Amino acid sequence: MYETIYARADSVSDAASKMGSAGDGKYISGGMTLLPTMKQRLAAPDALIDLTSIGDMGGVDSSGRSVKIGALATHNEVNSSSALRSACPALADLAGWIGDPAVRYRGTIGGSIANNDPAADYPSAMLALGATIHTNSREISADDFFTGMFETALSDEEIVTGISFNAPEKCSYEKFRNPASRYAMAGVFVAKHADGVRVGVTGASQGGAYRWTEAEDALNANWSPDALDGLAVDEGDMLSDIHATAAYRANLVKVMAKRAVAGAK
Amino acid sequence: MSKVNITVNGKATSATVEDRLLLVDYLREGRNLTGTHVGCDTSQCGACLVMVDGKAVKACTMLAVQADGTEVQTIEGIATDGNLHPMQEAFRENHGLQCGFCTPGMIMTGIDMVNRHGTDLDEKTIREDLEGNICRCTGYHNIVKSIAAGAKAMAN
Repeated sequence: MYETIYARADSVSDAASKMGSAGDGKYISGGMTLLPTMKQRLAAPDALIDLTSIGDMGGVDSSGRSVKIGALATHNEVNSSSALRSACPALADLAGWIGDPAVRYRGTIGGSIANNDPAADYPSAMLALGATIHTNSREISADDFFTGMFETALSDEEIVTGISFNAPEKCSYEKFRNPASRYAMAGVFVAKHADGVRVGVTGASQGGAYRWTEAEDALNANWSPDALDGLAVDEGDMLSDIHATAAYRANLVKVMAKRAVAGAK
Repeated sequence: MSKVNITVNGKATSATVEDRLLLVDYLREGRNLTGTHVGCDTSQCGACLVMVDGKAVKACTMLAVQADGTEVQTIEGIATDGNLHPMQEAFRENHGLQCGFCTPGMIMTGIDMVNRHGTDLDEKTIREDLEGNICRCTGYHNIVKSIAAGAKAMAN
């Protein structure tokens, strides 16, 4: 790891001001992606601004169908929230499939969303749930937030403070895990809202997480796994690597989507 | 450089460290607590697991400065009055190790499982929760047995 300096922020404004005075800084919360990346010298921020001491930026709150999750909520907290489990069980399950127990104690939902790794789980859920991403300066719909692999609508000093959504009538997440890394080779989050179905896909596309709108149309017409039988996912958009070819991933997206619809609750 | 104050195995420690120093290096080289191992150094194998404020975290993926103000417990800190911790004793009784390199992390993760799920652990839960711990000798069978037995012993 290259040399860096570390500072703890005690408020969102303190963090933004520390970032403003750093040359090429990075915000850090759990650091479950950032630190390994720095250790491999793939990232070399000259300052780390730690957000984890900021108050009022964690926790999972759910009243009725309205769900709010603070950016600093760890995957373990999201996974073990009984309020979330009754409002939107698929999101709680999703958090429990990230990494391993030690990683889930440290990694946060805000960090995962801001990093927008193409194989991260949360972005697909944010898209399918029609979530709003809250930052220190504005609210951004998930549709506008995820702009490409490792790319988001965030500006350099902007901080994700939390996410919110209205729980759908039914939802489910199905993930085909890489047998070694457990990252999603294809993950599909399906949510049936009162005003329509939304389908978020992660792990598969060269463009990062995306909405599979053809599947949404088919499921709006017929809420059943069979509704997807006639659809084909375009291989041209899919990632291809040593783990899976584009054709394999394209097929996985459809298989995961069908399983998600079958398991939605 | 930053000054850190970390309580390690109940003892207050303090040092001025490079901001990029990993917690595992602070423990091993700064405090001479070499029971916490570095296996993969890429957050996968769990040989470096320690408790930070009661939660098992990978000390190779946390900076010492991030641990400032916390209480850290390592494998050296779980025995009491010269008696092995019940989870350590269970690994000894059930032959839960061969080379022993992964064992400190396995024991810490076993204790963490009890903290999260209680002392009655079934095999499926143990195997699932061993996701972040890698052993290259045993095939895990006796590790699973050891954690189940250690958990039961912790009930007493």
